[in-house]
This record gives sequence, structure tokens and C-alpha cells, in this order.
Amino acid sequence: MIRRVNWWALTKVIFLGMFLIFTVFPLYWILITSLKPRKDMFTVPLQYWPKHLTLENYVNIFEISNFDVYIFNSLLVSTVSGLFSLMIAMLSGYVLARFRFRGKHQIIFAFFVTQMIPLFIALAPLYLLMSKLQLLNRLPSLILIYTVMMIPFCTIIMKSFFERIPPSLEEAAMIDGCSRIGALLKVVVPVMLPGIAATFIFAFVQCWNELFLAVMFIDKESAKTIPVAMNSFITKFDIDWGAMSAATVLSVIPTLILFAFAQKYIVEGMTQGALKE
Amino acid sequence: MLFSSLFNRGEENMKMETKPTPQPIFNISKHGMFILLCLLPALLLVSIFIYYPLCKGMIMAFQNYSLFDLTNIRFIGLQNFKSVIVNPDFKQALINSFYWVFFSLIFQFMIGFVLALMMRKKFRGRGIYQAFVFFPWAMSGFLIGLIWRWMFNGQGGVINDLLLKMNLFDTPIPFLADPKWAMASVIMANIWYGVTFFGIMLLAALQSIPEELYEAAKMDGANNIQQLFHITIPYIMPTIIATTLLRVIWILNFPDIIYAMTNGGPAGSTHILSTYMLEKIIYDQDYGQASAIGVIIMILLSFFSIFYLLATKFNKVGDF
Repeated sequence: MIRRVNWWALTKVIFLGMFLIFTVFPLYWILITSLKPRKDMFTVPLQYWPKHLTLENYVNIFEISNFDVYIFNSLLVSTVSGLFSLMIAMLSGYVLARFRFRGKHQIIFAFFVTQMIPLFIALAPLYLLMSKLQLLNRLPSLILIYTVMMIPFCTIIMKSFFERIPPSLEEAAMIDGCSRIGALLKVVVPVMLPGIAATFIFAFVQCWNELFLAVMFIDKESAKTIPVAMNSFITKFDIDWGAMSAATVLSVIPTLILFAFAQKYIVEGMTQGALKE
Repeated sequence: MLFSSLFNRGEENMKMETKPTPQPIFNISKHGMFILLCLLPALLLVSIFIYYPLCKGMIMAFQNYSLFDLTNIRFIGLQNFKSVIVNPDFKQALINSFYWVFFSLIFQFMIGFVLALMMRKKFRGRGIYQAFVFFPWAMSGFLIGLIWRWMFNGQGGVINDLLLKMNLFDTPIPFLADPKWAMASVIMANIWYGVTFFGIMLLAALQSIPEELYEAAKMDGANNIQQLFHITIPYIMPTIIATTLLRVIWILNFPDIIYAMTNGGPAGSTHILSTYMLEKIIYDQDYGQASAIGVIIMILLSFFSIFYLLATKFNKVGDF
């Protein structure tokens, strides 16, 4: 019996393997760089597996900058903005999913458009607005604007989650004497907890990563978030790649962990939200 | 769904009635107050902090509005547009924007499509595999730009090292410092970032194709290639059209990677419209000209979207 090679399976394995390397290698490389001692960073031949592992870059970044402050600021801003936008989006998403009323399509469209237009047009006016509100160089400016920026997307996602829950669920609770909000909190929310968590994570990660608004609004050491601080590292003439890679790894790890948990639901929300036919 | 409401609302409403998803069941008149209260925070905040600044920004495009010259704010008609358009940097940014969108999109789409095809059938570890290839999505464009900037570095950069090892070049290339290579390098980083989007979206579409279609085709003797062109691609065409359109818009509005890798340099050779606009805001602080560029971007995208939707006779772009 001649054993036939399954060419399709073989091609698949090769392609998927190569693509995995292509995707993961840059992350591996930045991790390895951050663990190399300074003297090994540029030595030829490059070390694909570091001969000496060290945490000196990580120690260094906390010494040359207030990285602990940046981490704290980023955590604070992202958590609070994420929670605020989630709460607001739950209310609006619920109403848009359950009720039929005039102007509904226009509202959804207006939210959708915010995801499409170059928001940089709003950058300068926002700066002037924040300066009028006396919020420049203060974290509430970021909390406020991130909350707002996340509302449209979170609303659209929450709407699609609510639509998948049969209205009979809260009707039954309301017949049993719950108010609408009571039914929403006691019956509907527990069912869609995974979706809510994923939406929060998505919002959190977006805020954690945001750069340009933060660069516009924040110029004071004590109020810098991680991206603002890293931006000031690169505008210096010479980039210290050791410190830079350590900072990159530190700021990427939380988002990678969160995304790994929420990945399934985010994918679900994204594809369901975008590809309704 | 949303774009469709622009084009043929009647048909859309009819579709709404027959949709199998749970329909709104509650009576509006009884709940008007509740609806209003729930929507109020979202509507108010989005109006004040997104739509108001947007409108103001568009007005700025017609004003002399520079942070250095705040006492002299006045309407100057189309002067900003004129100053922007005659600038050779703008022309360069416009051409680069085309390359940036076109090549990023083509490669993201093709690799993403193959990825989706390969992942369609369940295999052991597919869940974990998907989680891994999804990683770029958890990262900001800024960090991605930094990582690739380090990899493309002339000194100590791993890409040069690999190319030299493969004997493709004799000497290291200063990728990001050489105008000939810089644009290709930033596009490379963007491809890396965007493949996943297409992979995920197209995979979801592929999984919605009924298996019977393939079985019927096999019985009629269709080979794999024929199945691809006569079943798979026609079936997921709506998804392809919707995702590519959304992607064109996002890629053009996505300055982060270029900002981190080259910041438009060397000598403006990697500016696209959005990075050029950011430079006008952050460095020149000429809000008038910056806004003019923003308005030009919006006009281009609107024309493109309408043209694209008409050309593909498509009216079902998703509502996000």
C-alpha cells in the first residue's frame, strides 16, 4: 500500500506554523531585548537566545523615571474610564436593544460614525475645551475624555449582547414585581456577565493604550500615563533601547493577559456586531 | 445595516420585521421617560465631547487659528486649504497615504484570508492558536511601532541580521533612515498588526457557510479550487466588501505606527495624511491648517465609501 502524503494538511501545518512565528517573533524579540545586559544589546552576532539574562533594564527604568507613578496613573485612568463607559453604555445599549422609538436609527448611526471619522479633527478644539475647564495636566481630563470616546463602541457592543437575551427573561421578573432596573440588574446582567466583562476589558485596554489625547492634555510628570512617558523617551535624541524594551514589556503584559481571557468574547462581540446580515 | 439605512430605508424596515432576533416589545408611550433617562448620559457626553469639538474643528479649517497667534483668529475662507495643497509635503503625504492603505490592505487581506481558510476546520489547539495570533490586537499602534522600529534598526536590528544571515544583502540597510526603504518598513509593521482582523472576521464568515453546499459541490465533481471560487468566495462576499471598506477607513485614520517608527521622516518621506495632520497640531500648532487636512481626509473617505458601495452594489455594511 502506498502511503499518500496529505498535501493539504501539510501546507496547512507549514502556513500556520510560519504565521505563528511571524506573529509571535516581534513580541519574543522585545522580551529578549529587555532581558539582555546593555553590553550584549548590539554585539554581533546577535544573540537570539541571550547568554546572560538580567533584570537590570527593569531596575533601570524605575530609577531613571517615575515609572511607578505612570503605571499607577494608567491603571487609575483606564479602570475608572472603563467602568464609567461600561455603566453608561449598558443603559443606552439596553434601551437601543429593547425599545422602538423615533430617532433610534439616527442615534445608532451617530455612534457608528464616531468610529469612522478621523477624530484628530477634534483634537485641537478638545485641547481648548479642556483648558477652559481647567483640566489640563490633570488626570480627570483623561478619565472624562476616555469615558466619552469609549461610549459609542461599548454601546453598540452592549446592544448586540442585549439583543441575544430574550426579553421574556426580564418580563418574567417584572411580573414577579421587579422594577425594570431591578430586573435588568438581577436577571439580565448576571446572564451576560461574560459579555460585560469582555466589554470592560476592551475599554480598559483602549484607554491603557491611548496616546495622542494624553500627549495633548498631559505634560506634567506626576500626571503622565505610560504612553505619554514613553513618548517623551523617544522624542529624546538617542533612544535607550534597553529601558525602552523593558517599558514596552511592562505596558504590554497586562493587556496581553486581559485579552487572553476575554479574547473569545471580544471576537464574538466584534463579528456579531459588525456582520449582521 | 447602517449604511443601508442611508440608501434604502424601506427595504431595511421590511427586513427588520422578519428578523429572527428578539424584537423590541415594549410600548414606547409608557416608557418615554425611561428611554430618555437611559440615553441621556451617553447622548449628552458624546455631543459635547465628540460632536461639538468635531464641528468646531471643521470650522477651524476656515479660520486663521494658530496657538502662536491667538489674538488674530478670523475667518479666511479657503486660504488654509490653499496653503496645505500647494505644499509639496502634502502631495507626498497624499501619495504615501495611497501606498499605505493599498499595500497594507492587500497583504492584510490576502494573508488573513488564507489564515481563515486554514483555520476553518477544527484542529487540536485551535483555540490557543487563535489566542496567540490575536495578540497584536491587544497592543497599541504606538508600541507596535516601537517594537518594529527596534527590529528595523540599522544597528543591532534583528531584521538586518536575518537578511545578512540569508545572504540577501552584503551590508546592513538603514531601513528607517533611507527614504527608499522607510515606507515599505512601516507598511510591513502595519501588515503584521492588521492580518488578525481579517483572519477573525473572515473566519467567522466562513464558519457560517452551510456544509451541505460543499457536499453537493463534491457530488457534482467540483475540486477544491472550484469550490473556493464558486461557493466560498461568493458566499462571504458581503463580509469581504464590508470588512475591506471599514479597514480602508481605519488604516487611513491610523497614524500611530508611523508616528512611533519614523514620525514621518526621513524628510517627510513617510508622512501620510493623518501623521501630517498630527504634526501640524502637535509641533506647528497651526490648528487651522491641521483642520483643513482633516476635512480633506473626510471628503476623500466619503467619496471613496460612496463610490465603493455603489461599485459593489452593496448595502449591508454592519452597524459598527
